[in-house]
Amino acid sequence: MTNIREVTVDELRHLVSDRAMTGETMLLNMGPQHPSTHGVLRLLLELDGEIVVNCIPDIGFLHTGVEKNMEAKTYQKAEVMTDRLDYMNSVGNNLVYCLAVEKLVGLDVPVRAQVLRVILTELQRISSHLLWLGTSCLDLAAMSVFLYAMREREMILGVMEMISGQRMMTTYIRPGGVWRDVPSEFVPAVQEIVNVMPGRIAEYESMLTKNMLFTERTQGIGVISAEDCARYGLSGPVIRGAGVAFDLRKARPYSGYEQYDFEVPTYDTGDIFGRYMVRMEEMRQSVRIVRQALSRLPAGPVLSDNRKFVPPPRSEIGVSMEALIHHFKLWTEGFNAPRESVFATTESPRGILGVFLEGDGGPKPYRVHYVTPSFVNLQSMPLLTRQHFVADVVGIIGSIDIVLGDADR
Amino acid sequence: MGLEEKTGNMGVVTTTLETVVNWSRTNSMWPLLFGLACCAIEMMGAQASNYDLSRFGMELNRASPRQSDLMIVAGRVSRKMAPVLRQLYDQMPDPKWVLAMGDCASCGGVFNNYAIVQGVDEVVPVDVYVSGCPPRPEGLIHGILTLHEKVKKEKITHWA
Repeated sequence: MTNIREVTVDELRHLVSDRAMTGETMLLNMGPQHPSTHGVLRLLLELDGEIVVNCIPDIGFLHTGVEKNMEAKTYQKAEVMTDRLDYMNSVGNNLVYCLAVEKLVGLDVPVRAQVLRVILTELQRISSHLLWLGTSCLDLAAMSVFLYAMREREMILGVMEMISGQRMMTTYIRPGGVWRDVPSEFVPAVQEIVNVMPGRIAEYESMLTKNMLFTERTQGIGVISAEDCARYGLSGPVIRGAGVAFDLRKARPYSGYEQYDFEVPTYDTGDIFGRYMVRMEEMRQSVRIVRQALSRLPAGPVLSDNRKFVPPPRSEIGVSMEALIHHFKLWTEGFNAPRESVFATTESPRGILGVFLEGDGGPKPYRVHYVTPSFVNLQSMPLLTRQHFVADVVGIIGSIDIVLGDADR
Repeated sequence: MGLEEKTGNMGVVTTTLETVVNWSRTNSMWPLLFGLACCAIEMMGAQASNYDLSRFGMELNRASPRQSDLMIVAGRVSRKMAPVLRQLYDQMPDPKWVLAMGDCASCGGVFNNYAIVQGVDEVVPVDVYVSGCPPRPEGLIHGILTLHEKVKKEKITHWA
């Protein structure tokens, strides 16, 4: 414990150029407490006047040890930890974990549960993009967009609370389906969001897209080419903003995404503005997916009836001895998973989110590893900020939409 | 021919210095703009349109600890972050208060492991704990109002 500490500027000197040694350039510490680093990110900037020569991200200020903690819990209980990784995409984290568990033990998911999963992850995508819109515009000194975006976000949080009792950390998606069926108010509430959102997205765009104060700060800033995106292994809106139409929902569909009609928006400039345009269009596409999902939401069970992995409903426990045994066994010992390793991926609002899960034959995972888009996308910071002004660094951090809980885990 | 004639009879208000100072402290308490993890999102929610923390004179989040009175520790504090947190606290001018928002800041929450400080009170003195993972904005506002109640009861003898 004593050897975990903050890295001092002196220890990072080998990463900066010789000019910093002679005092020709200046080293500036930004963060971890900084209003525009979107969490506890620390950047060491090497400046030539006001121009950024080099940028060294120092992460780990939010290292939580989630993966290690999950090894000490059964497969069902470990899921609770996944919400808190990327807290802007908690439903998506649950989904990718459940996909991995289902792959590991071979569980089927009922159709209704699959459609509900799609609705919820798309709503979560909208809410994540809304918060990104609000906070990154706040960094560019546009206060009112934040207030408008949070207004719509509350509607989505209201739906999350309705289904699970929690606004953010729902743990609603479970291995084998979803926790329980949605209440009758769910469909009208989602319908309301779907009806309202397109107008609201147009409202944000009317405030920003042609606003010179916004375009001057975003166009031509933080440019990355498609080749560089591939070299750095980036994903999500960052690459789509650079013209690469890659989306896992299309490339490797999961949860029945192949049945939905939607487009992968791209923009070819590769700058902050491109990422902004992509995310705005993605919100529209998410609304489109939710609308289709609502229209085809079938009746039926929402949880697999494989009693070896999924606990029985309360109504069965009172009448069936076997159900009682299953209930007891699943909530005390958990289920055993084979000695195999699986890898599942989804498209989170930030990019490719993968989970590697290894079973050891027992009820607890041997190893869980999250491959997170924020961590990968953060690598591009030195490239994106090079030769830009210090003031543009905040805009660039905002545009790659990092969540430090996702990067540090 | 003085100010008295212009303003009319304003009467006299008698009070104590204690009351006036505590009243002004509670009604313009500036929090430090400092978010750590999930709770920071709900803290932003509390400041945004639906919950509007500025009703309590707290819309001004200062990014500099030198200008703030209240530190809302919103989220889990890792071992790496703890010295930074303490430094920020030391940089805040007196009088200062700390609100531990959420289970992680209060007691470590679900993260009982090597990386997370098991309660931020190991590092800084905490005035109010708010439970929840994360607490709702109403929960945060209730915690802040509880802190206001506490501040209103402070005695002149404690100021020094």
